[in-house]
Amino acid sequence: MPAFDEMTGTEGSVRPAYTELSGWLGEVPPDVLDYRRREAEVLFRRIGITFAVYGEADSTERLIPFDVIPRILAGSEWRLLKRGLEQRVKAINLYIKDVYGRRDILRAGIVPEDLVFQNPVFRPEMNGQKVPHDVYVHIAGVDIVRVDADTFYVLEDNARTPSGVSYMLENREIMLRLFPELFSRHRIAPVDNYPDELLATLRSVAPDSSTSEPNVVLLTPGVYNSAYYEHSFLADKLGIELVEGRDLFIKDEIVYMRTTQGPKRVDVIYRRLDDDFIDPLAFRPDSALGVPGLMSSYQAGNVTLANAVGTGIADDKAVYSYMPEIVKFFLGEEPILKNVPTWRCREEEHLAYVLDNLEQLVVKEVHGSGGYGMLIGPSADKATISEFRAKLKAAPKNFIAQPTLALSTCPTCVESGIAPRHVDLRPFVLSGRDEVRIVPGGLTRVAMKQGSLVVNSSQGGGTKDTWVLDD
Amino acid sequence: MRMHVSHDTVYRYETPPSSVIQTLRLTPRNHSGQYVVSWLISISADCRLDAQDDAFGNLIHTFTAEGPIDELIVHVEGEVETEDNAGVVAGAIERFPPALFLRDTPLTQTDAAIVEFSERYRSSGANTLVMLHEMLGGLNREIVFDTNPTHTATTAAEAFALKRGVCQDLTHVFISAARHLGVPARYISGYFHRSDGVNDQEAGHAWAEAFVPSLGWVGFDATNGICTTDAHLRVAAGLDYLSAAPVRGARSGGAGENLSVRIQIDQAMQQSQE
Repeated sequence: MPAFDEMTGTEGSVRPAYTELSGWLGEVPPDVLDYRRREAEVLFRRIGITFAVYGEADSTERLIPFDVIPRILAGSEWRLLKRGLEQRVKAINLYIKDVYGRRDILRAGIVPEDLVFQNPVFRPEMNGQKVPHDVYVHIAGVDIVRVDADTFYVLEDNARTPSGVSYMLENREIMLRLFPELFSRHRIAPVDNYPDELLATLRSVAPDSSTSEPNVVLLTPGVYNSAYYEHSFLADKLGIELVEGRDLFIKDEIVYMRTTQGPKRVDVIYRRLDDDFIDPLAFRPDSALGVPGLMSSYQAGNVTLANAVGTGIADDKAVYSYMPEIVKFFLGEEPILKNVPTWRCREEEHLAYVLDNLEQLVVKEVHGSGGYGMLIGPSADKATISEFRAKLKAAPKNFIAQPTLALSTCPTCVESGIAPRHVDLRPFVLSGRDEVRIVPGGLTRVAMKQGSLVVNSSQGGGTKDTWVLDD
Repeated sequence: MRMHVSHDTVYRYETPPSSVIQTLRLTPRNHSGQYVVSWLISISADCRLDAQDDAFGNLIHTFTAEGPIDELIVHVEGEVETEDNAGVVAGAIERFPPALFLRDTPLTQTDAAIVEFSERYRSSGANTLVMLHEMLGGLNREIVFDTNPTHTATTAAEAFALKRGVCQDLTHVFISAARHLGVPARYISGYFHRSDGVNDQEAGHAWAEAFVPSLGWVGFDATNGICTTDAHLRVAAGLDYLSAAPVRGARSGGAGENLSVRIQIDQAMQQSQE
């Protein structure tokens, strides 16, 4: 059975949200589309959006393929997603507070204790630590996939340092420049207010001790990080300083930034540096990227880290499978967004099932990300499958498995013309002291290879502009 | 025993750093069998000492000293009354259930050799205390005390392969093996009063605590092959050396750091009642 197509569904008739686009695609001469496509590439090169791929020696930086055909969501679809995202992120914040506080969810036996305590992403250092205004995940990038007209699944809750929002913003800008006529035929919700929303969120969670004009900075690991472009892009858009660890120092539990006018107090750090590296006095002692003593200032309540330390305990792939129960436990509500059915290989019966059905399943390493260390059963060869079988038997706890989903497809420009390619969606959910803010849409990632289900940019995936119709 | 401790950590720099920041876990707390009579930390530089509790309930102090600093002395002095409770540690601050201390850390990860070693002591249905005692003896025979080959970043597996190490290494191996056997175990940094009359020491001491269901936390000193006694002064607890480290610091600028440690531990004179 062919996958659900965002434009034509399963029946082949154009869905209402795509009426205009479909008509336009029928009118536009192929060479015009191709010309615009190359123009988009030139623009991206000029802007300099590149990203680095780990483990590839030859090309440290490359361009993420951009597809000029937008992905469109009807207003009603978005409203459902938005409610679901708000609910999910609210539950995640309550869960993290609980895990580092009262541990009710462990006592209730809903999430197994060892899954938390023995998880490398659980940070004992955060135990009993209050964070300003009880917000842990200020920025979440929740990956959503769709399998039919009504079913959206959450694939992953990225609650640490999710990236990709710069592509959401750049994609829109480039589309506006290249296809003004398409925009005039639609009413599309804007996304360019994201930097304002992010800054408002970050300011809202400043510690009580800060002034009414809290100083917010963006902490980057530096130019060698794969997302450095995004870090500098966002700092620029937000009008805040882009700093590295060496630009900050701690004195008497206060964080200061070195400036030409002398030290300036820092209240909120939007950090794009992993927990392990942020403070060599608390975590990895060999980290030269962090700020020595940062945790002492954090623990004293003098600085807000966004996201908080230890949020990985919410987006870990092994914890993911408990998310529906987590939502029910903390909010007393049925989850609006579903989880992909997941087998926890740590449980004996689940493992047995997974081993018997490897050819049909997707197996993921619980601590992996970026599409690394993953088995896609239906497209794997015998050797890969037996390699995974051995890995699963050796360390079942390290794996989860899911059915191979028929991810929805979206028309995409490829060598042979326009063809359906699988897509996902990463909306960015901002949680402040006051409210949850979500810019309509997000980043649509597309697997450029025919039939491929892996949309990660590190695996050759591309991106699309995402339109939420204001209908 | 009423123990008197005087502990100097002296840093000298060939090129003075512009600032030094340190986190100290150098202050003992009370629990049954350990009563702090007096305790003082003083820093040779002009700075503020900020006290906090860490996640494990240790009292930590953080300071930033601004330079140029040619020499920095962290001086700790105090008196503590200790009792011999056959290793049982009761009444200490506990912020986690014992199960947390089954957690692996990079310094305490097992390898095949440690697994093989610990499996020798896994006896079906036997009592945990006996098993741990046998393992303690085994470890004490297996690893020779030697200050040369290891350093603070040496892992349990590396030390076990060398068959040599200091108290930190022996403690890491003990913790690693105990956790492999499903026994929660943690790292303790502190002081040890030697019975052989040697009062001047060049380093603090470290040992493990393991959780024995009927008793609670029990101290196992792998270096001396004994359970802890009134000669042990417990200062900080953590998952491994790093989370219980007496000092963690960083400096900005400077070079040619030379570190020396002088610790004097003796039995304090009993004060007469006036």
